[in-house]
Amino acid sequence: MLTVVLRLAAAVTVWLAAAAAAWADATPGVRIWLPEAITTTAPEIDRLFYCVLVITGIAFVLVEATLLVFLIRYRARPGRSATYTHGNSLVEIIWTVLPACLLLVLALRSQRVWARVRGTPPTPQLEVEITAEQFAWNIRYAGADGTFNTADDITTVNQLHLPVQKTVLIRLKSKDVIHSFFVPQFRMKQDAVPGLTTHVWISATKTGHYEIACAELCGLGHYRMRGYLTIETSEAFQAWLAQTLAEQQT
Amino acid sequence: MSTESHRPSFLQRYIFSTDHKVIGIQFLFTSLFMLLFGGLLAMLIRWQLGWPGHPLAFMEKIAPEGMPGGIMVPEYYNMLFTMHGSIMIFFAIIPLLVGVFGNYLIPLKIGAGDMAFPRLNMISYWMMPPAIAIVCAGFFLQGGAAAAGWTAYAPLSTTLGPGQVCWIVAIIVLGTSSIMGAVNYVTTIINLRAPGMSFFRLPLSIWALFITAIMVLLATPVLASALILLLLDCTAGTSFFLPAGLIIDGIAQHNSGGQVLLWQHLFWFYSHPAVYIMILPAMGIASEILPVFSRKPLFGYHSMVYAIIGIAGLGFLVWAHHMFASGMNPTLGTSFMISTMIIAVPSAIKTFNWLGTLWRGSIRLTTPMLHALGFVSMFVIGGLTGIFAAATPVDLYIHDTYFIVGHLHYVLFGGSLFGIFAGITFWFPKMFGRMLNETLGKLHFALTFAFFNAVMFPMFILGIAGMPRRIYDYTQYAHLAHVGGLNRMMSVAAFCLLASQLLFIINFFWSLFRGKPAGDNPWQANTLEWATSSPPPHGNFTVTPTVYRGPYEYSVPGHAKDWLPQHDPLPSPGGH
Repeated sequence: MLTVVLRLAAAVTVWLAAAAAAWADATPGVRIWLPEAITTTAPEIDRLFYCVLVITGIAFVLVEATLLVFLIRYRARPGRSATYTHGNSLVEIIWTVLPACLLLVLALRSQRVWARVRGTPPTPQLEVEITAEQFAWNIRYAGADGTFNTADDITTVNQLHLPVQKTVLIRLKSKDVIHSFFVPQFRMKQDAVPGLTTHVWISATKTGHYEIACAELCGLGHYRMRGYLTIETSEAFQAWLAQTLAEQQT
Repeated sequence: MSTESHRPSFLQRYIFSTDHKVIGIQFLFTSLFMLLFGGLLAMLIRWQLGWPGHPLAFMEKIAPEGMPGGIMVPEYYNMLFTMHGSIMIFFAIIPLLVGVFGNYLIPLKIGAGDMAFPRLNMISYWMMPPAIAIVCAGFFLQGGAAAAGWTAYAPLSTTLGPGQVCWIVAIIVLGTSSIMGAVNYVTTIINLRAPGMSFFRLPLSIWALFITAIMVLLATPVLASALILLLLDCTAGTSFFLPAGLIIDGIAQHNSGGQVLLWQHLFWFYSHPAVYIMILPAMGIASEILPVFSRKPLFGYHSMVYAIIGIAGLGFLVWAHHMFASGMNPTLGTSFMISTMIIAVPSAIKTFNWLGTLWRGSIRLTTPMLHALGFVSMFVIGGLTGIFAAATPVDLYIHDTYFIVGHLHYVLFGGSLFGIFAGITFWFPKMFGRMLNETLGKLHFALTFAFFNAVMFPMFILGIAGMPRRIYDYTQYAHLAHVGGLNRMMSVAAFCLLASQLLFIINFFWSLFRGKPAGDNPWQANTLEWATSSPPPHGNFTVTPTVYRGPYEYSVPGHAKDWLPQHDPLPSPGGH
């Protein structure tokens, strides 16, 4: 019976090794792990992620190792019988209170980050309105007058440009079904719900080209409801706005 | 009982039987078949994820519209994962845990002749085949079966074709069946316990099924009402979940006043308790099997019972943790984060008590024990990864990614399904009077355990890399260009996982006819089902047993044998 367990362990190890190999060099130089974090709040979410990873990782190793040790040490052998016990109140209290304390710490840490990313947003320097539909992101900037739904609004489809190091408030709406605005590098996902206006605020720390994914099943074209995000300097952003407005008016 | 007074016909005996054991076995065959069907759907999903857009020639004959030329279309992919999830949850795991073990075990383990309402019990089974027929009818309708995910979020679910309506009707029918079963379980456990079987002498599996049945009674009617509202939105032009101003396929809709998030609240008010409906009975089964094969009393019987009650109570207060990114008020997010953190505590208590049961035991690694240990070790991963999703800011990132798919499979496959395999291999001798083959059984466990981890563990890594779930073709995204290799490895493991189940099927049917005769009590266990013959006669017990002690008196000092059955009239030294 022990041989079954050992064979099992060997099989699992081989598969984990294969998985690790596939993970490490699917494409040379690119690891399958968290993408880069490009907003002011993303690193805070990553720190919380690693905090949970460490706590659950330790719990995982302790529990599974104890299980294996017990299975080997207390396997049935002639001449030895099991200990007759119904439990122990003290250990019950210990293993109730200890996880409760750890979870309390995690709850407090979660709440601190949650209040920052989902609480009242800071005063925005730019507002953008995104109306999702099957299967595209309609993006609208207020233009020079700072008011939406006027003649100088700038609209694009699937092309979101944002300035770096500016607080941006994105308002999300939907025409038809639920969609979800997901930029992995923002560590942020927010559903666009018909009948509601939801919002996301970010302040980007890095320029570059990224992708917007729809993360809520929205129908047959859900998989290709992809948008393109460009984070650029304020000057480049203003130039792009002016150019897009000019193209729109011709 | 009436066996002497008249001989029932074949039809009364095996088809329209009111005997809880026959009904349990009917549930067993039906839901194992659906489990296989759900597994086959998963293979098609894994084909598309491993080799996006590659043709699978034979599928053209089976699904000419969904896979023209053997190449899958996106609608078909959406239908596959919707039906895989729905069939596994509603037609396989819930009926296996609640229908099979609830029906088969409750009267036997409490020392009753049958259920309190045998006829209601029969009807509860006979609602399942029509529900299967209705949900599968969708495959043959214009537009195919349901394709809005197993969560059927409105408004998407109201825009789809007749397959979605079939799905709604089938789940309502099945929900009715669950409610009838639950009424029966609660009544039976409260009223039909044998003399001496006090509540705190009930085996843990019965405690788990009792609390599960109460959860079914409280939660399922909410799902049924929500589904009726959704059905009206789909077919009668109402606006329960549809707000004003919808423009679908370029056509302005005439709805007004509905709330999109209301569906999610009502759905998860059922479906989060449903997660516990799918895990509590498996916990009960593990708590039943670990003492038998450790030859040791269950560690902390009372805390195990209170933990079940705690999980069930808190299980009704955590539903909106599925909705952190939904646009619900962030303050609500905080309260649901806290309740979700709290519910991890009773789950931890249960895990530690299982370890305590093994501590200083005399452990025998039989097939049911291996599955029970598989349950404990995999449920730990399912539980711990749930903490990532409970931490609200982290959930904003991992929500609707493969991290969640991995988490739910560790709970529902690693947890529920290993519990189911443990239960089937443990009670097979009682159900059919013959032993399963141990070598085949262990090989089945080893392969299932290895391939399960090889498929599901990499899902966490894909989720961390930001791969969304329910995506027909992830190669569309530049940031997912490098995950193909890992996905192919997972797909190969998934095919091996399904192939390994052949061993179980062969073992099951071979042992059914050729297995070694089991005898009354092959595992030398204490609970009442082992006090009668295998399989038990109609009416279960020739004389109603009297219960003298708790269910887990193993290795009692001063007793000659290392087990002391509940119905054995010997004085119990130090037992409770």
